[in-house]
Amino acid sequence: MELEKFILAIVALDAEKVGGCGTPVFFAVNKEEQDKIATYLARITEGVVHDLENGTYIVVKH
Amino acid sequence: MQAMFTGVFTGFFIRYLLLKRDHRQYPSYPHGVMSHLALAFIAAVIGSIAIPALMEKEFTAVTFLALAATQFREVRSMERTMLEGLDKTGLISRGPDYIEGIARVFEARNYLVMFTSLIVGGVTYWGNIFYGLLVGAVAFLISRRLMSGTVIGQIARVREGKVSFDGPNLFVDGIHFMNLGTDKVREEYMERALGVIIEPFDDNARATLANNGQRMAIAHDSAALLGVYKDVDTAEFTPIVRRDLDTGRVGMVIVPIEKDIELLIEAVKRVPVLESSLSTPLKTSIGRKASD
Repeated sequence: MELEKFILAIVALDAEKVGGCGTPVFFAVNKEEQDKIATYLARITEGVVHDLENGTYIVVKH
Repeated sequence: MQAMFTGVFTGFFIRYLLLKRDHRQYPSYPHGVMSHLALAFIAAVIGSIAIPALMEKEFTAVTFLALAATQFREVRSMERTMLEGLDKTGLISRGPDYIEGIARVFEARNYLVMFTSLIVGGVTYWGNIFYGLLVGAVAFLISRRLMSGTVIGQIARVREGKVSFDGPNLFVDGIHFMNLGTDKVREEYMERALGVIIEPFDDNARATLANNGQRMAIAHDSAALLGVYKDVDTAEFTPIVRRDLDTGRVGMVIVPIEKDIELLIEAVKRVPVLESSLSTPLKTSIGRKASD
């Protein structure tokens, strides 16, 4: 079984919601900055941004 | 001699007519067409000499037919390898099922050419060139009928679906597609995206549409015809085809370059039903009982 989907990065507003993982985490001060960082990361990694609706975005390679 | 020429000519001509230079079926470049015509010529020659050679008691000629069959299996793997290679660099991939389907068609059409040439060659040998050509024309009509498969429009109703968001989740007529982050992407979707709903007519169609390869083919053909608002680094605009588990409906969301729902519906209707995904549960007694 080959792993086809992979979380490349996490863009979070709240440090409490993430942690204990090997994935790079980027913290943003507000939603505007979060959107910007997430978009940049998605373009660079050719991934897709998904919103977990708790102030955390993940960038996933599909 | 006359038998052979008539056979070769008809076989070759039929292959030319069947070689649809359609970008959905084939990346149409002149050299690809050339190589297939050359193969068709060989097939036609082998087919047309078979019966005259047998009549002259040259039984070794029959072994050539077997040899040819092996050769044409190569055609299939050649097409498959090439299309698989191209699939990696295309924006929207065809998927293995579609590729296999195209490769199989190329192989089968060579056999068709060989068979037509065989019959035409034989008829011309016994009768005359007039009968030969007549049989060739009939063979062409039959082969065209046999080789034209069904399309999505024949097994399902295709209509427009409404694209909407619930929070970050993208829906088309209640079918959930995916979760999309960032407002900008969602705005682009609301502005540009088109949604279609494909409603299967019966359980056979429902099972066929459930096949992932079939769904990839629908996405690929739609994107090829209407263009796709996507580059390698914007994976979120990849067309997606998802299934409504309760009803078996299939929905597609696509961000086309040409935003025209009528054309999109027409494009989806014309997507071929893949041989490998064609499913017929209604032909079995269990399937029929399960459907009511």
